[in-house]
Amino acid sequence: MQSRAQAMQALFDIVGDQPVIICNGFPSREAQKIKDRDGNFYMIGSMGVAASIGLGLALAQPDRQVVVFDGDGNVLMGMGTLATVGALRPKNLTHVVFDNEVYGTTGNQPSYSRIVRLDQVAKAAGYATVERVWEREDIIYEFKHMLANDGPHFLLIKVNEQIEDADRVALDPADLTKRFRAAVGPG
Amino acid sequence: MAVIDSDDFVKALQDMGFDFFTGVPDTILGGIIEVLSDRRLYTPSVREDEAVAMAAGAFLGGKIPVVLMQNSGLGNAMNVLMSLHLIYRIPCLLIVSWRGFEGKDAPEHLVMGQTMPQLMDTIRIPHRTLAAETLVEDLRWTAQTFMDQRVPVALFLKKGVVKAIQP
Repeated sequence: MQSRAQAMQALFDIVGDQPVIICNGFPSREAQKIKDRDGNFYMIGSMGVAASIGLGLALAQPDRQVVVFDGDGNVLMGMGTLATVGALRPKNLTHVVFDNEVYGTTGNQPSYSRIVRLDQVAKAAGYATVERVWEREDIIYEFKHMLANDGPHFLLIKVNEQIEDADRVALDPADLTKRFRAAVGPG
Repeated sequence: MAVIDSDDFVKALQDMGFDFFTGVPDTILGGIIEVLSDRRLYTPSVREDEAVAMAAGAFLGGKIPVVLMQNSGLGNAMNVLMSLHLIYRIPCLLIVSWRGFEGKDAPEHLVMGQTMPQLMDTIRIPHRTLAAETLVEDLRWTAQTFMDQRVPVALFLKKGVVKAIQP
């Protein structure tokens, strides 16, 4: 099984000009280390709402593909949003979940994703495409396919618990907002 | 007491530039949500923290967002308002129905109804209570505060100020 950072690297190799909303905790820190870019929105708080932010952006700019990098703890906290996405069915949203089955940022306390199949929840909620993958080549194949086709898509990537040695998000949050808005533009 | 027509209220918001509307319903907000829905302007949300986060995403994408909610939902939304909007300087207009005003409501509304203005003061969200007589000035203040401070701005809505579907 890969680490989240390895899987994230494979995804960033494919991401073009799509904005990426990244959930709080180590995922944002790892993304900053792997590929800092103006189109990355690093969350440092507000756990559970990465997909909600991505959904709002996708609705605001329906002609732009929006990507969310989420975690299993985050999805469990904001599970209602799977229903909102499934009901609204924005074609331009790709929801990636790195599922390590633990709350890794706070010391690897187990999450319920080892018992509850989040991909099946997303499928029941009405996402257009739902895939659960482990291997690098499958991650690449499915992510490319999702970016090229109408969504909403849900890509659950099973990863190990390894955490990358990555610094806290460097930019001031207000500066992140300015940088991201300048990159994404008013559509 | 003069009553604001829901249609006029929505039009006033649109004239100010607001162009993204989400929220969770309340009876006091029913008329406004009905008008917004009829005009296909309203995207329903399932929780208030989701709603304010959707509004944040919409703002990042160039929209000027409004979130409608009952004041009980402020409790649900509070962490996102504090650890997303307030520190990232992401504004939105919160239209919050004031359940439990002056203690005249069901028990579940009384604590929030009594403490809401102080709660908003504590977390530094500017707020006003809307009235028909001061509507123009209230909206002017809202736009000004939104632009100047780039934070969520709350308009409290008591029962009967904007026409509801159910009396």
